[in-house]
Amino acid sequence: MMDDILPAELPLFAVWVIKAVVIFGSLISAAGITTLAERKVSAWIQYRIGPNRVGPFGLLQPLADGVKFIFKEELVPDGANRLMFRLAPMITAAPAMMCIAVIPFAGEVVIGNYNLGNLSITDLSVSVLYVGALTGLGIYGIILGGWSSNSKFSLMGAMRASAQMVSYELTLLLAILSVVLLAGSLDLRAIAESQASSAEGGIGVWNMFLQPVAFVLFIIAMFAETNRHPFDFAECEPELVGGFHTEYSSMKFALFFLGEYCAIIVMCCLVTTFFLGGYDVPFWDSAPWFIQLASFVAKAACFIFLFLWVRWTLPRFRYDQLMGLGWKVMLPLALVNVTVTGAVVSFGWSPLITPVLAVAALIPGVILFARSNPGEASLTGHALSEEGSAS
Amino acid sequence: MLIDYAPVLVLLAVVAAFASGGVIVSELLGRTRPAIAKGSAYECGTSGIGNARLRLSIHFYLVAVLFIIFDVETLLLVPWAASAKSFAEAGVGGIVFAQVAAFLFVLGLGLVYEWRKGGMTWDR
Repeated sequence: MMDDILPAELPLFAVWVIKAVVIFGSLISAAGITTLAERKVSAWIQYRIGPNRVGPFGLLQPLADGVKFIFKEELVPDGANRLMFRLAPMITAAPAMMCIAVIPFAGEVVIGNYNLGNLSITDLSVSVLYVGALTGLGIYGIILGGWSSNSKFSLMGAMRASAQMVSYELTLLLAILSVVLLAGSLDLRAIAESQASSAEGGIGVWNMFLQPVAFVLFIIAMFAETNRHPFDFAECEPELVGGFHTEYSSMKFALFFLGEYCAIIVMCCLVTTFFLGGYDVPFWDSAPWFIQLASFVAKAACFIFLFLWVRWTLPRFRYDQLMGLGWKVMLPLALVNVTVTGAVVSFGWSPLITPVLAVAALIPGVILFARSNPGEASLTGHALSEEGSAS
Repeated sequence: MLIDYAPVLVLLAVVAAFASGGVIVSELLGRTRPAIAKGSAYECGTSGIGNARLRLSIHFYLVAVLFIIFDVETLLLVPWAASAKSFAEAGVGGIVFAQVAAFLFVLGLGLVYEWRKGGMTWDR
């Protein structure tokens, strides 16, 4: 028998390479499938059919798109900084793809006789900082791409994207901090496992219910962070043509595109890990790894669908509304939520009262806000009617 | 454990190979037929007017400066957030929280000041 000869432990380096290649391959495939899903969902919402020519149900469409991107003509604008113009797509795509390294997809994987360890490329003790650092790095590629194209639309799109991403990154970090407070760890796997009912001292409730404010803030911030609708000012077609990638074509454009979808997938994985218990299967603590993986993928897929759904349902914000929402609403809310959660954890109260306290602390804030800024009602979508009455 | 970071480097190699490989392959395989119009920056079909290095709204820089202030302050909270639970278990949760609350209060004052000064209002 083969099993008797082969060792149960593979060499460490082989495990690293296998995990990196398999998980990275899955990420790229998932990004391709998401592009197809985007077109299919938009078609469904708009009562069209969508791509249905390439392969059964158009399933091979992403592959066809990829081949087309490779054979397309490369265009570099005359005044462009050629080196930066080539580097920018890679600098944008790489951080989004690198984030996948710390995401815990499932527990210990055992295939046949081989124990491959936990299903994630690695488990860092400071995963949260790693993710925060990499989401920050994505801005460099966008601003380099916009600046080096020597085009007005590109530069404006890049400036908008960078200002928006830095504004919402604060809220994103503060929302994560509330979860870190509850889990008492910066390790993503520890955070996921702290929500399982088998966790030591845990109460087996997902952070979604313990941290509703942080959950909502995180979801809004992740839309802004990935430059997606309703916050896609970096590339809103009526104003800026293509935004920072106006001048890009062929594989360089494809890298921006892939980077955006990889960022979406990573964000969905993060929200699953932080707020939905990661790979926790409800009421089944000792689920095998493939069930855990299926649970994780199902949760993340729901959020990916949310991204597509929102894109084809909601209208776009105005830029000043976006900045107002980020700095005047989300940042104070996130600070209040961190303070309340910190008090609950520090004084050793039950985490179950966090949502009650957080909402109670928000009510006076909301009243103060509404009193001091009557005009700010435009944040909630009254802008058009107000403008109409003013003109 | 420093060895935990080694798989990150492996992934970095895979990602770098994918990204640079894609760009290089498409530059080799894609056909090139240069033309004057193709090289000009897109400006809705007309020839470009003026320099593309625009003067931008000062608000972008203000946002960047504010971001640095608040981001550094958020990062200062990270070590506390990770260890607040152990502080509570050691029985010093209250005193540590009082210190953090003082810090958060100053941070909140800064936010209010910035708000009052109009630093967060985009269209003025």
